[in-house]
Amino acid sequence: MNWQWFHRLGSPKWFYEKTNAWIPWLTAISIALLLVGSIWGLAFSPADFKQGNSYRIIYLHVPASFLALAGYYIMAISGAIGLIWKMKLADMVMKSAAPIGATLTFLALVTGAVWGKPTWGTWWVWDARITSMLVLFFLYLGVIALQEAYQHQDTANKASAVLSLVGTVNIPIIYKSVDWWYTLHQPATLKLTSESTIHWSMLYPLLIMIAGFYCFYALVLIQRTRTEILRREKKTKWVKAMATEQGVG
Amino acid sequence: MTELSPQNLDEQKEKVTRGEVTPVPEVGLGFVATFRRDSVVAFRHRGEMANPLMFFLMVITMVPLGISPEPSLLALLAPGMIWVVALLATLLSLDGLFRGDYEDGSLEQMLITPQPLYFQVLAKICVHWMVSGLPLTLMAPLLGVMLNLPAEGFLPLWVSLLLGTVSLSLIGAIGAALTVALRKGGLLLSLIIMPLYVPILIFGTSAVSSAIEGFPIAGQLAVLGAFLAMALILAPLAVVGALRISING
Repeated sequence: MNWQWFHRLGSPKWFYEKTNAWIPWLTAISIALLLVGSIWGLAFSPADFKQGNSYRIIYLHVPASFLALAGYYIMAISGAIGLIWKMKLADMVMKSAAPIGATLTFLALVTGAVWGKPTWGTWWVWDARITSMLVLFFLYLGVIALQEAYQHQDTANKASAVLSLVGTVNIPIIYKSVDWWYTLHQPATLKLTSESTIHWSMLYPLLIMIAGFYCFYALVLIQRTRTEILRREKKTKWVKAMATEQGVG
Repeated sequence: MTELSPQNLDEQKEKVTRGEVTPVPEVGLGFVATFRRDSVVAFRHRGEMANPLMFFLMVITMVPLGISPEPSLLALLAPGMIWVVALLATLLSLDGLFRGDYEDGSLEQMLITPQPLYFQVLAKICVHWMVSGLPLTLMAPLLGVMLNLPAEGFLPLWVSLLLGTVSLSLIGAIGAALTVALRKGGLLLSLIIMPLYVPILIFGTSAVSSAIEGFPIAGQLAVLGAFLAMALILAPLAVVGALRISING
């Protein structure tokens, strides 16, 4: 197998130049998916026979929760890559992934609360799954706080990478929690291995929204990483050359 | 270097004294030496040892004052309150785990000895538990009496704290190692470690409350034991990595 692409990733410059071409595509795809998914989901898919129209917030809630969890793995894995192979780019990705993940977790919690009011009659319950999402939010905040606390960027990277790796031990517990301490939250609707308990007319817009969220996540992550690259590499020749070419410097 | 075997042991010893080979570090040596040193240091500062206990006692005193001295209500709150306060007391004591050694430079000496750092760290955590977690556990039944804990709850409270506080010390040491180089690490330490304490708290309190309600508690205690086993193996590894980052970074 050819590992050249992996070694190339070690160069922030290569990544910056490569992603130039991806950004318009990613922007177009995510806007298209999010538009189609939300219009289909909000306007055309049928109302739920028990929950009425209030269920439609699922089209925000579920993709945000998906990515809140996946984002933690992305952060932890890039942290691990940074620790093991000392890859500069991985550190930057890790730093950029933390605030995005925290925002998505917050979004999942807020949409959950908004959904909970008409369905359960309360904004907040101390249900296992909600609580674990809150804990995930705290984990993200811890990583961000640790990242901010260090003067040296290098130490900050390594320290928060260790913390996020330690935190990954909690993620399976969070994910399994709904089975362990089942209380109020409905069991997971989407299952890869067995038949979903959701009708296709509701499922398809949901899947489109999830795909849209993934593309949007990738876009934001790449943009933040690019900003981080420019900030950290501002003393290098290629950044200076690019800035003067565009007439900024 | 030739294999160390009973046949050439004398020859090996001679080579070591002549400085031709470096001796293979003995695994237990670092553990015993660090354990002895830390115990001596801890017992010379007996006043500091008492601080978490006083904190434990004082916060528990606040509970009836702040909520209600109603015996039935206190009995309901007792398992959770005792566990939460024990957790906070451990967190407060953790900041000092590596702080003194970092400030006087002995931590750097620990890092450059040929002894494996893993066992030295393990010894430091053991001593920390002996002077914080163990006294807290021993004192917990007394606080149980003050909070009107039902009689069936005492033994489970004691056993769950005995298992749980070791894990608290082990996991907390990761945070202590990550924040040791920061001037104001204390609060940050609590922020990054508290989310990781959630599963231990849940299983610890649920063991006590299940016992009070007459349910079997072997399951919860087994999970606490599993956490302990995992933390005992993995946490010192993370601590070693974090210490190296804090010192060299």
